Amino acid sequence: MTWELLLVQSLNGLQYGVLLFLLAAGLTLVLGIMNFVNLAHASLYMMGAYLGAAAFAKTGSFLVAGAAAVLGTLAIGLIVERTTLLAFYARDHLDQVLATFGLILFFNELVRVIWGAQSVYMRPPQGFTGTVDLLGATYPSYRFLVIVAGLAVALALYVLIHHTRVGMLIRAGASNPRMVSVLGVNIRLLNSLLFGLSAALAGLSGLMAAPILAVQPGMGDNVLIVVLVVIVIGGIGSIRGAFFGALIVGVVDTVGRTYLPLILRQVAERSVADAAGPALASMLIFIFMAAVLALRPQGLFPARR
Amino acid sequence: MMVRSKLFGFIAAVALATSAAAQQPLKIGFIGELSGPQGALGQDQYDAFMLVVERNGGKLGGVPMEIIKEDTQLKPEVANQVIDKLIEKDKVPIIAGVTFSNVFMAVYKKVVDSKVFIISSNAGPSPIAGAQCSPYAFLVNNQNDERAEVVGKYAADKGYKRVYAMAPNYQAGKDFIAGFKRFYKQPLIEEVYTPLNQLDFQAELAQLAAAKPDAVYAFYPGGLGIQFVRQWRQSGLADKLPLLTSSTVDGITLPALQEAALGVIHGSPWSPELDFPENRRFVAEFEKKYNRVPSEYAATSYDSALLLDSAIAKVKGNVANKEAFRAALKAADFRSVRGKFRFNHNQAPIQDFYAFVVVKNPQGRYTYQELAKPLPDHADSYASQCPMK
Repeated sequence: MTWELLLVQSLNGLQYGVLLFLLAAGLTLVLGIMNFVNLAHASLYMMGAYLGAAAFAKTGSFLVAGAAAVLGTLAIGLIVERTTLLAFYARDHLDQVLATFGLILFFNELVRVIWGAQSVYMRPPQGFTGTVDLLGATYPSYRFLVIVAGLAVALALYVLIHHTRVGMLIRAGASNPRMVSVLGVNIRLLNSLLFGLSAALAGLSGLMAAPILAVQPGMGDNVLIVVLVVIVIGGIGSIRGAFFGALIVGVVDTVGRTYLPLILRQVAERSVADAAGPALASMLIFIFMAAVLALRPQGLFPARR
Repeated sequence: MMVRSKLFGFIAAVALATSAAAQQPLKIGFIGELSGPQGALGQDQYDAFMLVVERNGGKLGGVPMEIIKEDTQLKPEVANQVIDKLIEKDKVPIIAGVTFSNVFMAVYKKVVDSKVFIISSNAGPSPIAGAQCSPYAFLVNNQNDERAEVVGKYAADKGYKRVYAMAPNYQAGKDFIAGFKRFYKQPLIEEVYTPLNQLDFQAELAQLAAAKPDAVYAFYPGGLGIQFVRQWRQSGLADKLPLLTSSTVDGITLPALQEAALGVIHGSPWSPELDFPENRRFVAEFEKKYNRVPSEYAATSYDSALLLDSAIAKVKGNVANKEAFRAALKAADFRSVRGKFRFNHNQAPIQDFYAFVVVKNPQGRYTYQELAKPLPDHADSYASQCPMK
């Protein structure tokens, strides 16, 4: 095991974590501040990937693809919020789960009607198809771009939440939503704004995942479960929690996947280790979540109350 | 004069009526995956089959055909319902198509127990080539493992010493790596099985690069193959290591992969570039009619239609004489797009297997070029388990 390999695997974990963070940040805000369970977040991620891939195929410009993905999902998010979800804010969580699960089915079918059941493939942007050399290790340049862009968005979110008036209201809303509305803040507008921001982040995440993963109906469904794990680990409603939770899950999953079978081989027979390794590795983040829930049920980095 | 022409017309009319009565259309059931993510495979099979039927004016072997197309949806339970309908309601004597091995296995016993002929133009599971072979089952494509065996032989011939293998963690993944090893005959430095739903292989590719292999063997069918090859290219490994594959780059995935697949090697009995007269005719006619390059799924299905054409002609449409019809099928008296083609005693083919590499041809199209013929006149490894003579 060389340190270059460890570096590359850490970057892989970071890259996965950054994508998870973009999804988790929006979902945790909506869940923490609006107290709304939005499973359709997975669909917004998928729509971002589809809109980005379609725009990129048409124009060949990654910037246009980015605009299409972010603005497109922002618009979809606002429309869905105004027309459908508004009616569910006051209902209990089970109703919200059912309604947003219905939206997942709707969007999965919608993309199947528009783009077909076959996967759509998006190329990385021009100039990011090769590799970069980082301290002697070779790394795909597009994945490096994802890390840089993801960290930049994380920084921008930090500034937005901690150093602007809107951010102050969001933080206040996370701590005590009733008090915020009593103070005369238009909580409805704040909710729409939050939901739009959350949708745009999901769309951005979908766009960035598109050149790496296959763009296909239901692509968000699996990732949604991991994002929920991230939120639980980090603490519901906490952007900081989403950030560190996502990075922890990304690194634990990647390193576990690659090293666990090798470690198991030291203690068990090879055929047993080969069978148990991948199975155990895919359970790792859930075991980790269970441990966090048992020891720190509020999450590792809860929103300050 | 008038009388004579009237009489002539009368005779002609009678002749036409009797021939029409004799020419009840023969029913053939066609099953395949025709919808969903794998729908392109079944569609290619169906289009190529119908290319032959329609070229012959709706006939095979001179007999008018009624092709009953059914989508098995890659669901064994759906396939079972479809087979019940074809056998009991439509009373078809022959079933063609067949895309996936798990679907084939699910319906196999019912079909052969009903003494209905099943001509699989794609799936070739090992039990059907081996211990559970039946006089009513013919494999026109190959036994599944053979596409791995040819690549294993190629790797051995090239003298690769350190081979690293990757496949999804399910039965076919294990079968392909076992097939590779059967002819590579040396231990692999590593075998990695990834979860079947995993789409990102970057972490595994980093481990692979660190192991410094001479060559890599991979089996990732369908959409997984597109993912794997794209990430292989993005990781920069494509310029450093030979990638040997089975069923990963094919006629369905190549149009999506394009330049990302350049240099990828795979083993198969067919390519659109093989220079046989029947193959040139097939590729040209298929492209003209459907406006796309045929895949291997189309090629073997086209062969299955030619096989049926020859056998039905031999028995003059009397497929009810099962013994005679079976002998006519087994004779394989047709000109295959794969050149040499004959059936072994287990009714699976004996044919040449090639190693192909993806290149860009002078017309700017991505296609495969023959590299070597590691396994000429190759029979599958399960035939010895089949008790049929």
